[in-house]
Parts: sequence; C-alpha cells; structure tokens
Amino acid sequence: MKKLLIGNDAIARGAYEAGVTVATAYPGTPSTEIVSSIAQFPGVYAEWAPNEKVAMEVGVGASIAGARTLVAMKHVGVNVAADPLYTFSYTGVNGGLVIISADDPGMHSSQNEQDNRGYGRFAKLPVIEPSDSQEALDYTKLAFDISEQFDTPVMLRLTMRLCHSQTMVETGDKQEVELKPYKKDAAKYVMLPGFARGRHVEVEKRMLKLQEYAETTPLNRMEINDTKLGIITSGVPYQYVKEAFPEASVLKLGLVNPLPKELIKSFAARVEKLVVVEELEPVIEEQVKAMGIDVIGKEQFTLLGEYSAEYLKQKLNGENGAEGFGLEKEVPARPPLLCAGCPHRGVFHVLRKMHLIVAGDIGCYTLGAISPLEGMDTCVCMGASIGTAMGIEKARGAEYAAKTVAVIGDSTFVHSGITGLVDVVYNGGTSTVMILDNDTTAMTGHQDHPATGFTITKQPTKKLDLEKLVRAIGVEHIRVVDPLRIDELEAVLKEELARREPSVIICKRPCVLLDTTPKPTREIYVDTEKCTGCKLCIRVGCTGVSFIDDEKKAQINPGCIACGLCEQVCKFNAIKEVGVQEDAGQSN
Amino acid sequence: MQDKVTNVLIVGVGGQGTLLTSRIIAQVAVQMGYDVKVSEIHGMAQRGGSVVSQVRYGKRVYSPIISKGEADIILAFEKIEAARWLDYLKPDGMVIINNERVNPLPVMSGKVKYPDEIHEKIASLLPRTVIVDATDIAVRCGNVRAANVVLVGMLSEAIGIPAEEMEKAITEIVPAKALEVNLQAFKEGCKLLN
Repeated sequence: MKKLLIGNDAIARGAYEAGVTVATAYPGTPSTEIVSSIAQFPGVYAEWAPNEKVAMEVGVGASIAGARTLVAMKHVGVNVAADPLYTFSYTGVNGGLVIISADDPGMHSSQNEQDNRGYGRFAKLPVIEPSDSQEALDYTKLAFDISEQFDTPVMLRLTMRLCHSQTMVETGDKQEVELKPYKKDAAKYVMLPGFARGRHVEVEKRMLKLQEYAETTPLNRMEINDTKLGIITSGVPYQYVKEAFPEASVLKLGLVNPLPKELIKSFAARVEKLVVVEELEPVIEEQVKAMGIDVIGKEQFTLLGEYSAEYLKQKLNGENGAEGFGLEKEVPARPPLLCAGCPHRGVFHVLRKMHLIVAGDIGCYTLGAISPLEGMDTCVCMGASIGTAMGIEKARGAEYAAKTVAVIGDSTFVHSGITGLVDVVYNGGTSTVMILDNDTTAMTGHQDHPATGFTITKQPTKKLDLEKLVRAIGVEHIRVVDPLRIDELEAVLKEELARREPSVIICKRPCVLLDTTPKPTREIYVDTEKCTGCKLCIRVGCTGVSFIDDEKKAQINPGCIACGLCEQVCKFNAIKEVGVQEDAGQSN
Repeated sequence: MQDKVTNVLIVGVGGQGTLLTSRIIAQVAVQMGYDVKVSEIHGMAQRGGSVVSQVRYGKRVYSPIISKGEADIILAFEKIEAARWLDYLKPDGMVIINNERVNPLPVMSGKVKYPDEIHEKIASLLPRTVIVDATDIAVRCGNVRAANVVLVGMLSEAIGIPAEEMEKAITEIVPAKALEVNLQAFKEGCKLLN
C-alpha cells in the first residue's frame, strides 16, 4: 500500500532497500531526518559524526571496505566535506556511495543558498535530482547501482521542499547486498601524485561513459504534449511546471550532471519555444546555451529563492496572481525566537549590557542577534566565531580583544570550533571564548553529539569532556558558569576579558526542550504595586513576560518556566516567587 | 472521486501543532484514496515563528505548495496568522480562526500594538469566516493542546469528510495517551458547524 513520506524518510527507506549498511551525517536542516530515520532500520550502522568532513571520511572508509554507504548533509555541509569528496571522486568506490546534499533555496534555515549542483561539475560527479518522495526512494536505489557501475560517488541533490514535503510512496523490498570483497589497491586508493595522475585519466573516461548513460537512463525523460512550449526542468520545479503548464512539453532531467546533450538537442528541435526552469543558478541553462541552442532562462527568472507554480505563470504568461486583501501588511512580524527559559537568553542579555563585540556562530543562539537582544556582530558559518574573534584581535590589537568575545554552541564547537581555539593558543591570541553548552544540538531538533555522552540511537558512550579538551589545547583559564545567573556571568566575563591570555567560559545549562531537563518547581508573578512599568524585564525578549499597555505593568505569561532571568533584571523587586514571603528576598 | 485539487492551509505559531494537524488531514485524504502532498516547515522557523503547513489532495497533485488565491480553507490557530496568510484563500474560500492571541516579539516588547480586532476585519471582508474559541473547548475536553483537533472537526464538517474517516485518521496519527481527549475535541469541533 502507498503511504505518505517526507522526502528525507523516503531516502532513508530507499537506502535501506538498496542494502546500505553504513550511514553517517552531521545534523543540518533540511537533511537531518535522513540519517535519524535510517538509524531505525535493522542491520544499518548509523552515526552522528562530529562534522561533515568526518562523515564523508567514514563514508570513504566504509565504501572502500565494501559496504553500500550513505553520507548526508545540508548544502553548506558539503563545503566542509569537500576536501575528501573531491579526491574520493578520483579513487572511486568499492561499495556504492551516495552523498546527499540538501540545499535550501529560500534559506528557510540556512546562511546562504548556494546551488550544489555546481559540485557535480567541479568534482566530476554524477548528480541526481528527484522531484517527489517516490522518486527520492527510487532514485536513491538507482544511485547506488550507478555508483558501483561507474566506480564513482554519486551526489543526490535535494532541496528543502523535497526534504520536507510528504508525498505518496510505494515502498519495495530490501535487496540483499553482500559486502564487496576488500582488496588492497594502492594505485586506486592512495592518492600520491603518481597514482592520482592515473586516476584522473579514469575520472575523465568515466565522465564520457556517464555522458552516454545520460542519453538513455530512465532518470531523464521527455513528456511530449503541445510543442508550442517546451520546458527543461528538474527536481521540485518539475512539479511547479506541471501545475502551471499542464499542456506544455517537458524534458524532465533526473540526472543533472552530466547532461544528456543529444536528448536536449532532439527536445529543442521538437518545440517552438524552449525554456529552462531551474531554481538558483543557471546550471542547465548555461550548458544548453553553450551547445548553441537558443533558450529562455535567467533573463526571465530570478536567481533568488524558491519558485512556485504561481511565479512561473506570472513570469511566462504574464498572469497576475490573486489580488488578495493585503492584510498581512497590517499585522506585526513574527520572527522565530528563543524559547521561554532558554539559557542563551542570559548570555545575550549580559553581552548586550556590556556592549561587547560578539563573534557569533550557528545554532539557536544566532537568534540572539535579533531585537531586542541584538547581542551579535558576526555569524558566517559553523565554527567561525573563534577564528573571527582572533582576526578581530590581530587586526585591531589586544585592546580590542578585551571587548570581544566568541560565542559558540557545544555541538558547533565540536564540529569545527576546536581548531579555531588551537589557533588562538598557538598564535598568542587572548580571546575570550564562550561555549554555550546546552547538552544537545538544539536547532536541528535535539540530536546527540560527542559531548552529550549518547549516540544516535541513545546508547550511552564515552562523553567528550569539554573542560579537559580545552585544557589540553593549552587554555589555562577555564570557567564554568550558569548562564542564567547573570551577575556571576558578568563578573566572570569582566575578569576573563581583562586577562591578556586566552580563556574559555563554559556556560552550562541544558536546553529547556530536552526531556531530561528538570521541570520548573516554582512559579513567579508580577507585584503590580512594585512594578514601575520600566520595561527592563521586557528587554530580555522572553515570551514568558509581556507588557500590558493599558496598565503600564509587566505580566507573567503562561509558558513561563520561572528561569529567573526577569527576576534578576528587575530593579524594583517586582517579580516574585509565588508563595514566598516578602522578606525572604530574591533567591538569585 | 473529485478531479479538482482541494487545498488546505494550516497556519499558526511554531509549537502550536500545525505539523500534527496537517498530518491528520493528509492521512484522511490517503484513506479516501486521493493523491496527497503536504508541505511542512522544520528547523529555525519552528522556534515560535510564523509557520504554515499545506495539504493538497485530489486525483493528481503536482505542486506541494498552494498558490495565492487557491486555498479552499484556511485553519488559523492564531488571529494575526489568519490575516498574514489570508491572501492564499480563494475568494469564496472559508477561514476558520481560533480566537487565540499569541503576542509576537514586537508586541511583547511594546513596539507594536496587537491588532486585536483583526478577526472582525477578516469577517467583514470574507463572508465565510468562522471564529471559534477552540482553546476553551480543548480545555473543557481535558487538554489545551487539543485545540487544533477542534479545528479539524470544523474542517471535517466544512468540506464534508465523514466523521468516522477522520476519527480513523486521528487514531492513526495522535499518540495513544492523548487519543481520548483528541477524539472528544474532534466531536466538539464537528458540532460547531452543524
């Protein structure tokens, strides 16, 4: 029977059916569910790697050792994994290897919207793009065959809309796939220059063979209807094309690298007007134009964000969309925000108060950059905070270092912050680094990581001790504080910033959404007699406390977990614990 | 089976259960033999931001997302979210609004006023507007979190899905420990449009 699956679950199912026995990933929206889902299947070893480069390398080893292997990451993760990936393209595989790149047109949950189809051309890999969950499952299985047939890693390029849309899927049976025998073959797997030159020859031969395969593979197909309009497309935009122009002829490409040149020529010859519909970069369009074929592409369509059927109709037919009511302009924006009681809020409250320059990083805490906390100056990529703080110091001197901090989460620190800290110590930096240790990878949905002490399947494992690690790097000043004790945090920050040596402040408090985080044991309220309406508590930007305009008083909202931050901020002792006598004073 | 595609937009605030609701509606469409597509938002936007889930079903569905002016029905878990997504509704479409106010950050910080009468404005623009105190009903049923299923009951009546089909879908999707409350909330929701 058919069932609904999100694209990511369909890929996990496809990989399982294809006989994958090793799957590895670092969590990253929109890719995360793939490997957490495959971990549920019997006979598959699945892991969270510390970062995408390690995931790729584990994949390389598993493939060389003969296993069918899945490696998954979000688009920017491929940048991290690119080093092993490019050279693994030279060595080729033993057991089939498929690398998932989950791109994010529209940047729903990402810092850029790079188009990773580009990696296919650059690293000389076949790139496959499904357009719904059924294809996600089917193409995943086929990708493993292609990988082994052509001796190449295969990239399966997804977009957020595929990953997180549920569509109907017919599942199949699991193939029984034997481990391929392992054979020592240095000329294939040891990429010394002498051997690599030989492999590059193989890579180019492979690309020619794949070029031929592209012409006949069922991944590419022509749907000839009315020939007035012919559209070349791939991935989810295929669905928008079918919705917007049901009468048009379509060349649907499932294999987007290398392109089927003959097929494209014959399609172009059959239609009057030829259009390429592809989100983001003109990857297909430029190659079609290079073939001397006249085609409409990015002169008509944007390089930015996601497309839709509505957008395509507007651009190609000049149809104006529905007029609408325009009410959305009358309502306030609703940006995502830190949860009530989130430990990060304490950190950013203090950072703002101290007017520090904050080199930020990737995680929930990046939300500390927006109003009203506004406690972040930079955020570029995973792990960048520490190197950035070091660069600020080296550009502007130690005086500047005394008012600069790097802020990085526990999972992100393990991912790629460690080497930044090594640089600070090695090259005589004096940075103050705050590791916001909430005991999970929160933003992507609470995955474990090496410093939580649990594996992907919640098995207890050796816990990476951040304090010892930092000490081993050579940091001599390590402080562990509760980020919701803001006076203490501020005092510690002052001391460590003043120090002309590197220091690390570990802000330790678990994410409020973790099941293991203790539930609140007390409640708080606003004493309206004492509340002066100064709004200091409002400036912490918490959903647990709001301002009643008519009464000019603060109030505690449902959902407050009595973390104590607004209590500490209040100068008039107006926020109090329910059931505690006046003279008992503040517990914080 | 109808040839035309039915479009349901479910809007609310991250954490209100739009994902679960879209899964219930999708499940019922699967049971009834339709082709179904559901688009969800995961990740950063879930942290208390404005969220939307989209369910499309019919004989053959292509796009997983609904175009502006195409939704047959909008289920809004919160008032200003109804206003934010209203342009997606067909001119003769129906919007069911939970009379619930969740202050967004600019309102909490006192920078902007919450447009408290926005649902009345919607009602004046659209004849098929229904405003309901789903949260109160859910509380009476035993769990505030079942408010979304009250709205599912109303949707079920509005588009003529047999109650037993929807109950089957709820049983399939909702965790067992919350099932009884949710089925009760569903029944209450059905009554509201009867």
